[in-house]
Amino acid sequence: MQQPKKHILQPDKWVKLHADYLFNYTITRVNDHDLAKDLVQETFFSGIKGQKNFRGQASERTWLVSILKRKIIDHYRKINSAKGKKEVRMNFYDEGERKGSWLEERVPQSWDNESEKKIENDELKKALNDCISGLPEKYKMVFLLKTVQEYETEEICNELGITSSNLWVIIHRARLQLRKCIEENWFKK
Amino acid sequence: MKKIMITCDEATSICDKNQYGEASIFEKFKLNIHLLLCKHCRAYSMQNNYITKLLGKYFDDSCKNDHLINKEKSEIEENLKIKIKEISKK
Repeated sequence: MQQPKKHILQPDKWVKLHADYLFNYTITRVNDHDLAKDLVQETFFSGIKGQKNFRGQASERTWLVSILKRKIIDHYRKINSAKGKKEVRMNFYDEGERKGSWLEERVPQSWDNESEKKIENDELKKALNDCISGLPEKYKMVFLLKTVQEYETEEICNELGITSSNLWVIIHRARLQLRKCIEENWFKK
Repeated sequence: MKKIMITCDEATSICDKNQYGEASIFEKFKLNIHLLLCKHCRAYSMQNNYITKLLGKYFDDSCKNDHLINKEKSEIEENLKIKIKEISKK
């Protein structure tokens, strides 16, 4: 009887075989070229250090991806715990009788009724992208995974080690800030 | 019986969740009741829907076209060779 084929590691071929795949995987999650490059390189380094732990059951790529996933979680934890300069501002009363109601200065203003017509506008596109770039890292990452990459809630929660209620709080804050930003940078001008 | 009246904070949370089709029927019910009574959240809800539409159409998904250039790959390859040597010496 034939033994099932055992996978082997060939670190000298990693860049050629897996760098593009791993980079692609990373960039959709971190949205930063240099950071994605560093994470891929660190993944290879960890792979070399941990070669002994490779049992040959999974393919080389699957094994490298599992290391990369750890790196991405570590990165997310780091930005999540760091006190970002771009902290999101409060939108609702935090306590008292009006707890949970809009703060006066954050109440949504009415937008130009013609906004629908302007949907084909390059400047609007730029305003939108600028507002997304302006989100704090920790919100941006989750927001883009959910909204643009269209990952399942469960998948993001597993990948980043957060609960679904964490995820919805993050999405809520991101969208509140995004709405306010578009109002200020587009509709008020 | 769970409470039906919710705050603006809760209403807009449900509205955000609903942009992804993931609000429950009871949540949507509470949201709709709130929207009948609150014009600020009505504005939020309309604008939020509009933003969702914009995002689908307009978000510059530049990362799809972002690749490692050859120079970067050779750099990684060089660094990797150094690491392999380091490890094999030990």
